Amino acid sequence: MSTLPGRARAVVIGAGIVGNSVAYHLHQQGWRDLVLIDKGPFPNPGGSTGHASNFIFPVDHSKEMTALTADSVRQYKELGVFTRSGGIEVARTEERMQELQRRMSSAASWGIEGASIVTPAEIREMVPFVDARILAGGFYTEGVGVVDSLRAGTLMRERAQAAGALTALANTEVLGIDVERGRVQRVRTTRGDIEAEVVVIACGVWSPKIARMAGASIPLTPAVHQMIDVGPVPRFADAKSHIEYPIVRDMDTNMYERQDGAGLEIGSYAHRPILHDPEEIPSVEEAALSPTEFPFTQADFEQQMEHALELCPEIVGDESVGVKYAINGLLSLTPDGLPLLGETPEVKGLWSVAAVWVKEGPGIGKAVSEWMAHGESEIDLHSSDIARFWEHQKTRAHVRARAAEGFNKTYGIVHPGEQWASNRDVRLAPFHARERDLGAVFFEAAGWERPHWYESNAPLLEEYGDRINRREAEWDARWWSPIINAEHLALRDRAGMVDLTAFAIFDISGPGALAAVQGVAVRQMDVPVGRVVYTPILSPGGGFKADLTIMRIGDDVFRVVTGGAHGAADRKWFSDHLPPDAVLTDVTSAWTTLGLWGPRARDILASLTRDDVSHEGFRFGTCRTIELDTLGVLASRISYVGDLGWELYVPIEQGAKLWDMVWEAGRPHGIAPVGIGVYGTTGRLEKCYRAFGFELESEYNVCEAGMAGPKVKDEDFVGRDAHLRHREEEPAAVMCTLTVDDHMSKSGVKRYMLGREPILTRDGAPLTDRKGRRSYVTSAGAGPSIGRHILMAYLPPEHAREGAELAVEYLGERYPVTVAVAGATPVFDPDNTRIRS
Amino acid sequence: MPLNVLCCVKRVPMTGGRIVLTADEQAIETRHLGFTISPHEECGVEEAVRIVEAHGGSSTVLTLGPPEAEEQLRDAMALGIDRAILLQADGELDGGATAAAILEAIEAERAAGTEYDLIFFGNESADAGNYQVGIRVAHALGLPCVTGLKAIAVEDGGLRCEQEVPGGRDVYRVPLPAVVTVKEGLNLPRYPSVPGRMRAKRKPLETRPVAAAAAGVEKVRLAVPAGQGTQVEILGHGPGAAPAVVEVLRGAGVL
Repeated sequence: MSTLPGRARAVVIGAGIVGNSVAYHLHQQGWRDLVLIDKGPFPNPGGSTGHASNFIFPVDHSKEMTALTADSVRQYKELGVFTRSGGIEVARTEERMQELQRRMSSAASWGIEGASIVTPAEIREMVPFVDARILAGGFYTEGVGVVDSLRAGTLMRERAQAAGALTALANTEVLGIDVERGRVQRVRTTRGDIEAEVVVIACGVWSPKIARMAGASIPLTPAVHQMIDVGPVPRFADAKSHIEYPIVRDMDTNMYERQDGAGLEIGSYAHRPILHDPEEIPSVEEAALSPTEFPFTQADFEQQMEHALELCPEIVGDESVGVKYAINGLLSLTPDGLPLLGETPEVKGLWSVAAVWVKEGPGIGKAVSEWMAHGESEIDLHSSDIARFWEHQKTRAHVRARAAEGFNKTYGIVHPGEQWASNRDVRLAPFHARERDLGAVFFEAAGWERPHWYESNAPLLEEYGDRINRREAEWDARWWSPIINAEHLALRDRAGMVDLTAFAIFDISGPGALAAVQGVAVRQMDVPVGRVVYTPILSPGGGFKADLTIMRIGDDVFRVVTGGAHGAADRKWFSDHLPPDAVLTDVTSAWTTLGLWGPRARDILASLTRDDVSHEGFRFGTCRTIELDTLGVLASRISYVGDLGWELYVPIEQGAKLWDMVWEAGRPHGIAPVGIGVYGTTGRLEKCYRAFGFELESEYNVCEAGMAGPKVKDEDFVGRDAHLRHREEEPAAVMCTLTVDDHMSKSGVKRYMLGREPILTRDGAPLTDRKGRRSYVTSAGAGPSIGRHILMAYLPPEHAREGAELAVEYLGERYPVTVAVAGATPVFDPDNTRIRS
Repeated sequence: MPLNVLCCVKRVPMTGGRIVLTADEQAIETRHLGFTISPHEECGVEEAVRIVEAHGGSSTVLTLGPPEAEEQLRDAMALGIDRAILLQADGELDGGATAAAILEAIEAERAAGTEYDLIFFGNESADAGNYQVGIRVAHALGLPCVTGLKAIAVEDGGLRCEQEVPGGRDVYRVPLPAVVTVKEGLNLPRYPSVPGRMRAKRKPLETRPVAAAAAGVEKVRLAVPAGQGTQVEILGHGPGAAPAVVEVLRGAGVL
C-alpha cells in the first residue's frame, strides 16, 4: 500500500471514470507528482460509475457534448473496453419521428457517420424481441456501444502509476480542503495532509459536499435513475457476449431496454424526479449495495413496467423471467443539464469536473487536463464552464427546481427556444411592470426576465400585412410570434426601445485598468475617454472567449458590457487576467440599460435633452453622460440592430423613470417597445452581427469569423501570437450569410429553419473544411426588411462566394439556399449608412 | 387435495452493510435502507405458492406492521400469493401481542368462512429474532407445530417436515391443519416476473386495525454485536498471492 505524499502538483479527488481520466490525462500533459484519492475501495469506490448502464449513443443536439462523446468513444476503443452494438432511438408517435429527423440533422451537422432513419420492420429485424407494431420508426446509429467504464478507469490509473507520475490511494477520505488568500493550499485526509497546487473535485454526486469544504459551490443534485434487470431470458441463453443486440431507447416513454448477458436491463427517466442531498448518501460501510445504489421504490416504476411490456412483450411478459436486480441509482443533475467543468470562480486552483456521464468521461478528462495545462482545450467547453452560473443559480432551491424540471426531458423533445417554467421572476428589470402591462412575453436569460416580444404590438401585424411571414408549422412557430417581425419593421421605420437590463456590466479601475483591458482585448484600448470599443476576447490559441464592448469612461476606468448569459464566465476571465493594481467591480445589479434605435431615435432623444446629440456632436462609437430631464444618463452610441441610436445607462432605481420619459417622448414618433426577438435575432442577422456561442466559439478564429481588423495593435494580449498566425493563413472556413430560396416542403407547408441544421451541396453532400469541421447553421431567423429567411454558417472557402448555391437540411428535407454574403458585409444596409446617419 | 395456506411475514430492513442503530438504540437506523420480507419467510411464501400450484387451493399472505408493509404484501402477491391481509399497527408489538393479533385475524377469517389447512411462519424474524410468534399461534389454535424446517412435502393428507438439527435432520409427519416455522434454504425463492408484479397491484388486500396491546416484554435497548461489518485482509499482490488464495479456498472446502 502506497503512503500519502506530503506534497502534490495536483490532487484528484474521486476515482470514478472522471477522476481516473483526469489523472491519466494530466500525466499525458507531462504533469508529475499527481495524487488520486477516493474514500471507497478500488476498482469500484461506490460512486455512479459503478452502477452505470455504460452504453453510449454518439449523437446529441449539443455540439459540445457530441464532440466530447466522440473523443470518449475513441479513448474507450483504444483501451479495448468498447463493444459496438448499434442502437436505435424508437418513436411511438409522429411528433417523435420529426424529432428523430432533427437527430439526423444533428448527426450531419456534427459529422457523426452511420446514422439512418429505420422503419418498424427494420427495427424488428435488428431487435426481434420488440413489438414493432407500436412503433412509427426509429433513428439507428451504428456507432452505439457498451463500455466497461470501471476497467477503463483502472487502466488509465495504472498507466499513470506505471509511468511513476501518479500515487493512487483507495479508502482515503477527504476531511477538509484548506484555502489561503483565495487559493487552494492543501487537502486534509484520513491518511494525513497533502499540500497541492491544484485540487480537482471529480466526486460525482458528492461534489457539492467536497466543494463546500473549500467554500466553493458545485451546483448539482444527486437524483435517482431507476433501473431493473430481468432474466434469465430464454432468447439470450446462448448469448456469447454481454451485448449482441442493438440498444433500444424508447424515447416517448423516457426508457431504454438493452440486453446484458442473459438479462434485459430496463432503465427509466420517466418517474417523478427523486432528488437527494449529498449528505444523505450512506458511507461505503453502511450501504446495503453501494452508496449510490439506493433501495428501489417499486411504486415509481409501475407505469414503466407496462411500457416495457408493450415494447418487449416476449421478454417482459414471460412469467419465467424474473426481476433479479432493481435499484434507484444515483446520478448528478445540474440546473441546465450540462456538466460543471473548470476552475471554480470562488477558489483559485480548485477545479470541478462533475456532472459527467460515462459517455463523456474520458473526453472530458482529456479536455479539462488540456485546459489546466494550457488555459484552453481543443474541444470548446464554454457551455459546461462552471463559471457560467450567477449566485442565485447556485442555490439549492434553484438547482433542485431546474434539475426536477429537466429530469423528465432526458429523452424529451426539447425545442431550441424552450423556456424553463420553474424558479422564474428572479431578476426583474426596473421596467418590468411597464412591460407586463404591455403584454410582454418573457424569456429568461441568466435569471433575468426579458421581453421577447410584446402582445401590445399586435396591431402592427395589420400595418405590415404581407411583409410579415406567418409560420404554418407548429414546430417552427413554437416560442415565436410574427409580432417579432412587426416590431422589427417598426424599429426600422420609426423607433424601438429595448430592455437590455440583462447585460452583465463590470468596471475595471485603478492604475492598472488600461493594462488589464489591453491584455485581454484584441482591439486597441488606449483610446480617448468617451470611446466605445467592440472587441473580440481570445483564448491563448486565438479562438473566441467572448465578444463585448468596453467603454472608456475615465483615464483609469473602463466599463465592460457583455451578454448576461455568458457574463459570469466573462467576469472570471477578466478577473483572472487582472494586474495587481487594477480592480474589477461587478456593477450588473447597479445599472440598467435601455436601448433606443431607429431613424427617429435622435429626434426622440433630442426632445428630452439640451445636450448635443447630433451626428457631429455625438459620434458613433462614443459615449458620454447627458442630462435627460432630471436624469443623468450614460449614453453610448453603438448598435447591435443596425440602426441609429443609443444604449442609455442609468442607476437601476431610475430605470422606470427613464422608460417613462423615452416612452412619452417617443409616442409622437411612433415608438414601439421591441423585444429580444429583434435584438438577438432579426436585427442582428440582417446586419450579419456574430453572437458568442453561435458564430463565435473557441473552435473558430477571428479571421474565419471575418472580424480581423486592418492591423494588429502592438501591445500584447491573450491570443495575440495565435491571431498573428491566423492572419497569415488562408482561412479554413469563412463566415457567410445565406438566404433560403424556397421554403416549400414536400407536404406543401412552408418551413423555417431554427438553427444548427447542416449545410449541404444541392446534391445533399455535407461540407467539411480542411480542419475537418462540418458546415452548419450557426444562427437562423427572419430578415423582415429584406423579406428573406437568413442563415449564418461557416463555409469552406470554395463555397464561400456570393451566389453559391447550396442546400440546408431541415427535418428530413432539403431546401435550396444561396450565399448572400461571404464575410462580414451585412445583407441589410451594407454601407451602414443608417447607423452612421 | 386443495389446500388453504396462510403465510405470515414481517417487513424488515434490508441490511447489507454495517448496521447502524438509531440514537435511542431502540431500532435499526433505516434512513438509507430499503425493506424486505425476512429471508426465512421469503421461503415460506415460495413454499406456499408451490403447494397451491401443485395441489390447488388458495394462498393468503398476512403481516402485522405499518401501512408501508403493503409493499411486502404486494411483493408476496407478485410471487403468486392470491390475497393479502394487513394488520395495521402503530409501533412494534412484542411476540405475545403479535401472536394475539394474528390469532384474532385467523378467527375472523374462520368466522367469514375461511379455514386454513397450513400456516407458515418464519422460524424467527430477521430483525427482532424473538422466535415466538409461530409457536404461540399454534398453541393458541391447538394445532401441531414443527419449527426450523428445511424441507416440507404434502403427503397422504398430512405433512412431511424436515427439521435441521446438529449433525443431521429430524423428520416429522403431522396431520393437517398444522403450523410450521421455516428457515432459509427451504427452497430457492423465485424472482417476481413483471406480469406477476402487475397482477399483484390488482389482487385483493384487506386492512384491519390492531389496537396496541400491553407489552409483556419490554425492550431495553439494542446493541450491535462486535465483529459486525466486512473485514478485508489483503493476502498479497500479483501472482505471489496465489498460494494464499488456494489455502483460503481449501480451508473453505471448495478445493
